[in-house]
Amino acid sequence: MEKQILSGNEAVARGAYEAGCAVAAAYPGTPSTEILENVALYKDDIYCQWACNEKVATEIASGAAIGGARALAAMKHVGMNVAADPIFSMAYAGVNGGLVVVSADDPGCHSSQNEQDNRLFAPHAKIGLLEPSDSQECKDFTKLGFELSERFDVPMLLRMTTRICHSKGLVELQEREDVPVKKYYRDIKKFALLPSTARNRHVAREELLIEMEAYANDCPINYAEYNPGASAGVITSGISYQYAREIFGEDVSYLKLGLTYPLPRKLITEFAQKFETLYVIEENDPYLENAIRALGFTNVIGKERIPICGELNTQIVREALLGIPAEPAYRVELEAPARPPVMCAGCGHRGFFYALSRKLKRFVPVGDIGCYGLGANPPLSASDYSLCMGAGLSSTIGLSKALALQGDSRKVLGMVGDSTFFHSGLNSLIDVVSSNANVVACVLNNHITAMTGHQQNPGTEINLMGEPNHMIDLVKLIKATDIGDDRIRVVDPLDYQAVNAALDEAAEIEGPFVIVTNRPCALLKEVARANAGKYCEVDEEKCRGCKKCLQIACPAISFADGKAVIAQDTCNGCGLCMQMCNFDVISKVGE
Amino acid sequence: MTIKSILLVGVGGQGTILISKIITAGLAEMGYDVKMSEIHGMSQRGGSVTTQIKYGEKVYSPNLGIGEADLIVSFEKVEALRALPYLKAGGSLIMDDREIYPMPVLTGDAVYPHEAYDRLKAEVPSVKLIRAAETAQSLGNMRAQNIVLLSAMVKLLGLDNKIDWKKVVAENVPEKSREMNLAAFDAGSAMLEA
Ligand SMILES: Cc1ncc(C[n+]2csc(CCOP(=O)(O)OP(=O)(O)O)c2C)c(N)n1
Repeated sequence: MEKQILSGNEAVARGAYEAGCAVAAAYPGTPSTEILENVALYKDDIYCQWACNEKVATEIASGAAIGGARALAAMKHVGMNVAADPIFSMAYAGVNGGLVVVSADDPGCHSSQNEQDNRLFAPHAKIGLLEPSDSQECKDFTKLGFELSERFDVPMLLRMTTRICHSKGLVELQEREDVPVKKYYRDIKKFALLPSTARNRHVAREELLIEMEAYANDCPINYAEYNPGASAGVITSGISYQYAREIFGEDVSYLKLGLTYPLPRKLITEFAQKFETLYVIEENDPYLENAIRALGFTNVIGKERIPICGELNTQIVREALLGIPAEPAYRVELEAPARPPVMCAGCGHRGFFYALSRKLKRFVPVGDIGCYGLGANPPLSASDYSLCMGAGLSSTIGLSKALALQGDSRKVLGMVGDSTFFHSGLNSLIDVVSSNANVVACVLNNHITAMTGHQQNPGTEINLMGEPNHMIDLVKLIKATDIGDDRIRVVDPLDYQAVNAALDEAAEIEGPFVIVTNRPCALLKEVARANAGKYCEVDEEKCRGCKKCLQIACPAISFADGKAVIAQDTCNGCGLCMQMCNFDVISKVGE
Repeated sequence: MTIKSILLVGVGGQGTILISKIITAGLAEMGYDVKMSEIHGMSQRGGSVTTQIKYGEKVYSPNLGIGEADLIVSFEKVEALRALPYLKAGGSLIMDDREIYPMPVLTGDAVYPHEAYDRLKAEVPSVKLIRAAETAQSLGNMRAQNIVLLSAMVKLLGLDNKIDWKKVVAENVPEKSREMNLAAFDAGSAMLEA
């Protein structure tokens, strides 16, 4: 059997391939993004697409599953909030072909706005829950997910975490199974969820959950490892199993759970009865612990010692349970300056945020999620808050009302990126325009979903499978709201004058105003190629050291010996700094 | 055998991910169980990046905590300082002489600790300063810094004679930069001898 080193995400993609999955859809989001990127390696066998958001992705997969094909939808944890509607409905409708929904949670908020524990979705939606603990299990559980989905007529939630998604380990590969598409059939009593059918489907779901629990009590992925002379019992799932194994080795016995909803209560009871000392080791919420306590095992040691907040590791768990604190072996009393992520050299967002940062007497800036979220950081500091995708536009409506009530005359200016606009910002904009809100809605179009590593979106030329996309022009889409040509400006964000002029117009006019900035991401291959050899240069003789060019926070510009210096290898000649300089000492080379 | 833990630290874009891929491929070829964990995301935009590699007979946890790294390889000076708490007592630290200024330093809000190596040297007997970036630059491309460090790392771990590392390197780098990367590998092991 061939073994390969795969990340958890790569292994899920491989599992989908081997399981005969035929349709896969996702909206990107760290740490889940590479799942679909890797499914695309099998595009001859699996139709795959970036959907404009997670709800749409789940609905694409749901349609395929109802149609009889095995289907997968993948998303980051907060994406599941967006996708919750179809997931809850599919729990009642059930499937035809297997449906696996992957949620990649992010304990520790490595790249997210929260650390919600999506295991709790499973009992809430009444769908099956699988928790892989390494790459091999990612592949195996994905395959099992399709089988269980069909067997128990239910969507299966595969819950990963950042550490599982982005860790690599050895995985045994198999061939793709030949899974013919099941015949599509019409069954209104099952699939058309009207109140009358839904009531019955709820009953059917509860019955199947009982059957599924019986399976969970006696399935190969929920098992006890008894070690002779064990001093304690450990109940655990997911990555926490690895931490437990590393800390305790063979000194304790384990109940390792892979299928965690419905929970195998009989199996848990049998195991728990045997131990006076019982540890429940899990990341984030006390999902297992609460269920185990509800079975009457009040002796469990879990969240009273293991932190709910943040990502775990062996050292944190060891300290929490065994009281062995981790001490650094070496100390040097010298501070390492922070290294926050920054907008890249040549990034169009910088130009827009700089201009905006000079006008905060007239605007209250509201951000959203993407590279442009970095505009909140100093020295630009031009974004007061960001909540969730789309809120950068929709929340401006409410904020403008609240400001008006307190006599604050500043105009609210909301910002979303192109991918965020297609995700849900379009709906937000519809409300901005139709309610005639007195706000400025900005779409910062860099022609790609940049923050998550350059995924295609409806506005890009090609799609995930490398085929031509029917490109959607977002300016035309905005114009279709009939907002009026006098209320929409399209500008190059690196043209300081043009951005200023658009902002001034936006501030003056009463009612909705739209600014679209148009400048492809500097990291796009074709952009980088076109900019190769271009850079800006400071005339050292003439530079007066006023530091004005440093205010744009470009990683290529530093200050040494009283002069500004531009690093040639970092700069790509965007020329924003030239527009800052009052003494005309910066010039462009390589044009 | 016990598990060995390696921590690679650097700045987004320095090529830590490529060498962690090469070293894990090599370790797997030697028959070790190996796990590698890398966190990216926000860190891609010029932030700090860390990769953790563990190998041995059977590896459970892919990541490591304070005081658990047998070896830290730092692609940049400040990052070595930041990673120090993870070093195990008696562990080794290899650091490149390279300095990359973070934004707070560029804007004058923080000071770059140029003396990082000297201060580390005073505390950690095993620390080794390597001019990997400079060497790679002289070979034709600063980007081969990672291969120079890989080679030093393999040697320090005593893995250099176990398999044909240059073959693994050749398989994992693009055709057009193969020669240069192999030269970088030779340069790296020579450096540790000096
Ligand atoms: C509901 C939800 N889905 C996915 C994400 C992950 N995510 C964060 S930023 C981003 C991309 C934003 O792209 P765009 O709006 O084009 O801005 P850019 O990064 O290109 O500036 C995504 C998908 C998220 N935070 N929330």
